[in-house]
Amino acid sequence: MGEDRRYPFCEIDQEECKGCGLCVASCPAKVLEIDQGKLNSKGFHPSSYKGQGCLGCGNCFYTCPEPGAVTVYLKGYVPEEVK
Amino acid sequence: MARPAVLRKPLGFVGRYEHKPGAEKNRTHYCPGCGHGILHKLIAEALEDFEITDRAIMISPVGCSVFAYYYFNAGNLQVPHGRAPAVATAVSRANPHAVVMSYQGDGDLAAIGGNHIVQAANRGENIAVFFVNNAIYGMTGGQMAPTTIEGMKTTTTPYGRNPLTDGYPMKISELLDSLHAPVFIARTSLHDPANIRKTRAAVRKAIQYTIEKKGFSLVEVLSMCPSNWKMDAVSSQEWIRDVLIPVFPLGTLRDRGSEAVEMKRPVPTFDPAKVREVLGVGGGKQKALARRRVDPKYADPSIRIAGFGGQGILSAGTAIANVGLEYGYNVSWLPSYGPEMRGGTANCSVKIREGSIGEPEATQPTVVIAMNRPSMEKFEQILKPGGTLIYNSTLIEVEPGRKDVETWAVPITGIADGLGNTKVQSMVAVGAFAGVTGLFGLDDIKGLLPAMFESEAMVLLNEKAVEAGYDYVTGMRR
Amino acid sequence: MMARKLMKGNYAAVCGAALAGCEAYYGYPITPASEIAEAAAAIFPKLGRTFLQAECETASINMVYGAAGCGKRVMTASSGPGISLKQEGLSYCAGSALPCVVVDVMRGGPGLGNIGPEQGDYNQVVKGGGHGNYRVIVLAPNSCQEMCDLTMLAFELADRYRNPVFVLTDGVIGQMMEAVELPEPVTIFPDKSGWAVRGTADTHHLINSIYLAHDELEWWNNELRKKYEEIEKNEVRFEEYMMDDAEYALIGYGCVSRVLRSAVEEGRSKGAKLGLLRPVTLFPFPSKRISELPDRGVKGILTVELSTGQMVHDVNLALCGKARSDFHYRVGGNLPSAAEILDRVSELYGV
Repeated sequence: MGEDRRYPFCEIDQEECKGCGLCVASCPAKVLEIDQGKLNSKGFHPSSYKGQGCLGCGNCFYTCPEPGAVTVYLKGYVPEEVK
Repeated sequence: MARPAVLRKPLGFVGRYEHKPGAEKNRTHYCPGCGHGILHKLIAEALEDFEITDRAIMISPVGCSVFAYYYFNAGNLQVPHGRAPAVATAVSRANPHAVVMSYQGDGDLAAIGGNHIVQAANRGENIAVFFVNNAIYGMTGGQMAPTTIEGMKTTTTPYGRNPLTDGYPMKISELLDSLHAPVFIARTSLHDPANIRKTRAAVRKAIQYTIEKKGFSLVEVLSMCPSNWKMDAVSSQEWIRDVLIPVFPLGTLRDRGSEAVEMKRPVPTFDPAKVREVLGVGGGKQKALARRRVDPKYADPSIRIAGFGGQGILSAGTAIANVGLEYGYNVSWLPSYGPEMRGGTANCSVKIREGSIGEPEATQPTVVIAMNRPSMEKFEQILKPGGTLIYNSTLIEVEPGRKDVETWAVPITGIADGLGNTKVQSMVAVGAFAGVTGLFGLDDIKGLLPAMFESEAMVLLNEKAVEAGYDYVTGMRR
Repeated sequence: MMARKLMKGNYAAVCGAALAGCEAYYGYPITPASEIAEAAAAIFPKLGRTFLQAECETASINMVYGAAGCGKRVMTASSGPGISLKQEGLSYCAGSALPCVVVDVMRGGPGLGNIGPEQGDYNQVVKGGGHGNYRVIVLAPNSCQEMCDLTMLAFELADRYRNPVFVLTDGVIGQMMEAVELPEPVTIFPDKSGWAVRGTADTHHLINSIYLAHDELEWWNNELRKKYEEIEKNEVRFEEYMMDDAEYALIGYGCVSRVLRSAVEEGRSKGAKLGLLRPVTLFPFPSKRISELPDRGVKGILTVELSTGQMVHDVNLALCGKARSDFHYRVGGNLPSAAEILDRVSELYGV
């Protein structure tokens, strides 16, 4: 992830995503969208983060049925590489 | 517990789903928008946060969540359809320290396993049950579930569920709430983030109570099944909100966590000394009574004792077998069992032999002890020619029919009555048997009575009974 | 002699279980097996072990599945109708390679039948009455002593082969009393940490009978079959009585074998050269021994059952038509008498 990323932010594993859209509906900041221009290996249009505006509320994380498809980095998160 | 600064795949999940066949080890087998994955995540998160992955055991059912064991970082058992609460019962008792969870769908829990969940809840088993209610059978392709709502079309209710023919949707949480034992029962829903958080809280409470050994918890979760509902995921959430919740109201039906006390399970022992003590193993050499000289016609007797239920038929036989054993003979005792024990007639076969005993039933007895008339009429027929018939002349007013046997008319019930208790007629019969056959000595029998009866008074009374029976027949012989 | 105690066969089975280190009993009452549950209820709590009266037969065998999956020595007991209900769970136990012990005290059927002694469960137990390709080891005691001893052996074999083991007996053996000398308790138990789920970090195992890929399920069935072949090679047990010079062999198990023993003795006293071959294991079946009978000078073989022709098919398979095979049975709770057997022998063979 880029050094310039500002917390909080949301990361979608687009391979794991099944494109159900629950995260998009759950996002109060409306910063998630289904990427209609992309197909993953299973043929799903995956969800994607618009790049800014994440509130770090965690709705998308808890609403996503795939265990590892959504990761939300909250304020105060220190990436492993700089620990 | 402090929340981590990152919300990521919880450690309650395994990293790669190695048990999942095929190349795809990172994605679940669930359909897009299915609620199972959400509930899985809430459980997995709790396992991590409570630091119990080591001692967590997950029971996977039959249904869409049959493969729950692909995912959970725990000990896993996959079990037959509906039986998860029964399996969880034994798993919990086998491992009282473990945190045992059972995960079931509505067909599994409410239909084929309906009795198991009720009984496990009623026993207050220390398990957390996660019950996914999506009002339909998922794995088999959309058939009616016990929780299918009225009018809802499924593949087996193509015209809609008709309560008059298919019954009404079952409210499992309310049903279980009528029981005494459960500690925690809640119904939650996955239809929006706020309710997912309430589900999260309920899941954590159920697991917390299981960790604290407080007993049975169940969380019923209204969950999306977009594939079988034939809707997209978001519409499925709306359908829960608008249609399902009015039938299955949300809320905590019961929370008795603060009153519940920690459950204690026994610790099994395999200490040989204790096992020996409890079973009465060993006890050193057992000194057999000195054998008596027996008239050959009474040796190796094959005995049939018969009478009314309540006349102590089986116990008379037991006593004779026990005394025979004390003389070092091989003995067997075979009762007529079943309905005959509950009133009516009773009979038993006793064999006492020097050699090994073949058939245990006295099909051709050498001795018949008949305590009532039907028994005499029935069993004198099979008495071996030259055999011995001892009959209770108090209750049998007719003469025996057989003339080729030795007959002894003994007023067994009358003698017992004279001693003040007709219950001892069985021991009067034992005394008479000993007196007639000479197989047992009177004092030898008396010496064994303390081991047969608990109170001293009963020992004394039965001593008198044996003696009276014995004396009566030896008097006749004189 | 060691202390011998007069006890019912059903009680002796529980003593055997306790001695073998059985840690839990899960069962449902049914005549004529109920004393097994009652004895376990009396004895097991004194040893800190689990007794639970389950809500049904299905639950009890699934509780057995659970405890066995945790590596515990565990048992249940029932009779015909209850065994029918347990077949689902037994198939899962076999499919998941779980060691467990089931005592079946057979009664009369079909349906509710009656509670008299019968042997009509032979097919449903010996042939693996549940779904799928599996076998269970079947031990057939014919005395109260063996109810204890073979129950102990059942636990040992169950663990050795990770397979369900039946103690298959009948109302007579379960209900009768004989003197039993209890052996010493077992003190050494096998290590199951390699597969059992114990609720610890190093036992994150999976107990499971699902093999989705066809090739994998075929592989697993082949593994099971190899195990059953191993069992057939190693575990055949039978008892012979006066077979050395026998011209006519009587074959029967359980309580029938005792009647046959009496018949052999009485027949011999009248000059008929009878002998008894009694299978102690019904799976594996003593087929080889039976197949040798024609070469040992046996001219006639009479199989006797308390069923209308179940075990006799295994006898006939073993004989492969090489010798005359006859059959006699009683059912409904009736037992044949030794005299009846001798009449039949006389009618068939003229001796």
